[in-house]
Amino acid sequence: MELDPLILSRIQFAFVVSFHAIFPVFTIGLASYIAVLEGLAFKTRNPVWTKLSGFWTKVFAVVFGMGVVSGIVMSFQFGTNWSAFSQASANFLGPILSYEVITAFFLEAAFLGVLLFGRDKVPAGVHLFAAIMVATGTFISSFWILAANSWMQTPAGFELRDGIFHVVSWSDAIFNPSFPFRFMHMALASFLTGGFVVAGVSAWYLLRGREVEANRKALSMCLWLLLIIAPAQLVVGDFHGLNTMEHQPVKVAAMEGNWETSRNVPLLLFAIPDQENQTNHFEIGIPSLASLILTHEWDGEVPGLNEVAVEEQPPVAIVFWSFRVMVGLGMLMILFAITGLVLRSGGRLYKARWYLQGLRFMSIAPFFAVLTGWFVTEVGRAPWLVYGLMTQAESVTPSLTGGMALFTLIGYILVYAAVFSAGVYYLMRVLYVGLEDADDEEHASDRPARPLSAAHVPFEIESGQSGVHQAKPMNDGGH
Amino acid sequence: MELFDLALIWAFIIGFGIIMYVLMDGFDLGVGLLFPFAPSEDDRDTMMNSVAPVWDGNETWLVLGGAGLLAAFPMVYTIVLPALYIGVFLLLAGLIFRGVAFEFRFKARTSRYLWNWSFAGGSTIAAFAQGAVVGAYIQGFNTVDGVYVGGALDWLTPFTILTGLGMLAGYALLGSTWLIMKTEGHLQAWAYRITTPLLIAVLVVFGIISVWTPFVDDTVRERWFSNLSVIWILPAVTLLCAFQIWRSVRNRFEGMPFVATMGLFITTYLGLVVSKWPYVVPPNYTLWDAASAYESQLFLLLGLLFVIPIVLVYTAWTYWVFRGKVRAGEGYH
Repeated sequence: MELDPLILSRIQFAFVVSFHAIFPVFTIGLASYIAVLEGLAFKTRNPVWTKLSGFWTKVFAVVFGMGVVSGIVMSFQFGTNWSAFSQASANFLGPILSYEVITAFFLEAAFLGVLLFGRDKVPAGVHLFAAIMVATGTFISSFWILAANSWMQTPAGFELRDGIFHVVSWSDAIFNPSFPFRFMHMALASFLTGGFVVAGVSAWYLLRGREVEANRKALSMCLWLLLIIAPAQLVVGDFHGLNTMEHQPVKVAAMEGNWETSRNVPLLLFAIPDQENQTNHFEIGIPSLASLILTHEWDGEVPGLNEVAVEEQPPVAIVFWSFRVMVGLGMLMILFAITGLVLRSGGRLYKARWYLQGLRFMSIAPFFAVLTGWFVTEVGRAPWLVYGLMTQAESVTPSLTGGMALFTLIGYILVYAAVFSAGVYYLMRVLYVGLEDADDEEHASDRPARPLSAAHVPFEIESGQSGVHQAKPMNDGGH
Repeated sequence: MELFDLALIWAFIIGFGIIMYVLMDGFDLGVGLLFPFAPSEDDRDTMMNSVAPVWDGNETWLVLGGAGLLAAFPMVYTIVLPALYIGVFLLLAGLIFRGVAFEFRFKARTSRYLWNWSFAGGSTIAAFAQGAVVGAYIQGFNTVDGVYVGGALDWLTPFTILTGLGMLAGYALLGSTWLIMKTEGHLQAWAYRITTPLLIAVLVVFGIISVWTPFVDDTVRERWFSNLSVIWILPAVTLLCAFQIWRSVRNRFEGMPFVATMGLFITTYLGLVVSKWPYVVPPNYTLWDAASAYESQLFLLLGLLFVIPIVLVYTAWTYWVFRGKVRAGEGYH
């Protein structure tokens, strides 16, 4: 079989970008949470907030470090594998991506060091200010990245001359039609991720009876947040979908598994899309509901995949199922947020062990929701890279051979497997050691060192240490 | 209306970024190269401590360079990266491994030897790949209509292998002179001992490269020999720097060897620049051919003019905070 550099490059990009995405989506949410904790600590002078902030800042440092490492790879992917695309779109994407890098550096240079290492060295107000700036900076970073991505989805503000995009309006290009919705959707996704991770970890500590006061506070505030954010995400997602239907109807058709433009389209709960025969198998659906959701009318017309030639359709099954996983996880998140409220009003929030166990597992749900969401929007754009203007096949590096692409694909998988399993393992160690370690940080070093060094947890489990923090498990559960 | 030659300004900015990167990441990569040969494990701790607070700031110049090239000279980005496809992967893999080694080695105990290898191996691969990039640039790229049309391993030739080795020797020299400046006692004595042989290695390899280069590139040959000009000042100064390194090592000066090594790198770099100017994708494309649209260069320049001074001040401050000797056991953790 001939190795196809296009397919392999797509797999490689999907792999490295998915790996990268999970880190920033977490750090963006977590940075805001830390800023809130710092604010509370500053206002109330309650040491519990300081303790929580110190612990989550360490987690932030490790995840941020992994995000930076995986981000370095991203900045070269456009050139190595998608040089034709880079050449065509450099006038816009070059400055936009550079601004992201600049933002990140500026943030790191000016404020990250103060946040990570400055607690006892700068006035409390300055430390709070640094926390707020770091949180703001992560949003500005995502602003640029999402502007670049949204422009590829709904290009605007440009002129195409000799196959090269020239920017005629920076504001139109940056604030292109899908940008506001994508940015909001992603911002809420970051909050959901941060919220569910903190909630899940706090629940785990509570199950083990560790640092009960602090972790109850953390869990409680997270659940309040999620109670607002999780349903809000549903609304924003709906708006994002409507925007997509306006600008990329074929993507919506793939999300709904709708092969023909028609009215009274059912919402499919299950189906096996069959691209070859342009139909679905084993459909289970709710009549007319897709029409209602997308057009807000029972008999509204929903675009079908037949609007475009078969070769211009995205891979329907991936988009269809990714969308269902994302929405399903979103619904589960809403359910957990509401259950939290019910338990709280009954005064059973910290005693319902089954709920705390559930939250533990929910801490990974947002990551899958974010990844499947990106699969929907990225795979759903196929075969286009710049929607309607430049296909993926036109974008790939002309000199790239299948063998070269396969070599680096395997290479990246091996490198990431080694490096990030070490990173995730270490993160687990930091979580395992927990808040109790907060006191012995800040020893020595008045050095503005690097993110990861904010955590002092040893790499290996040391003998005798493993049982230290296993305080007696909570024994009042269920009463 | 185009008031300024922005392409020229950008060429200066990126050129500045490159030499900043080479000098700064050069010495910490060099420390990585020397790592396996250190007298003891405690010395390895000290060596790593001497660069730990600054290495990631050093590497920011690389990322900035990558993004800046896409924005300002997309043709360089879209020809050179495909041409060096395999090399770029090796470079990134090397940098990742040594980067995480910085973080985890200090936290590791039984698995420490793994991070030692990760640090030394990653540094070596990254340094060699960077040298090969320089060689590939001197060789030039096989292009048609602004698109790379050569093969996967065109960049790997005897000439680029030599430039790769040259970079290894050069970075090792930067590393050893850095250690002379930053350490004391028997580690410093070791650094003094290896500096002179490293200097000889650098001179030999750089010498062979210099003699070889005019045969690789006709433009360079013409420029060097057609008018016996000011260009020859640069190799003269390079030799002066080399002499200064040798002399200051013999007199046991502590800071001068490093400064003179930086001088050696800068003059070599300037020699390369004036030899190839104004070609950024040899042999066909100049910096003006490779430039992006005027409004795009302008748009980014505004932000960069604001941020670069801040990054420079922060960098200078970091080095100031960590001035002086790094002592054994006075760990970074």
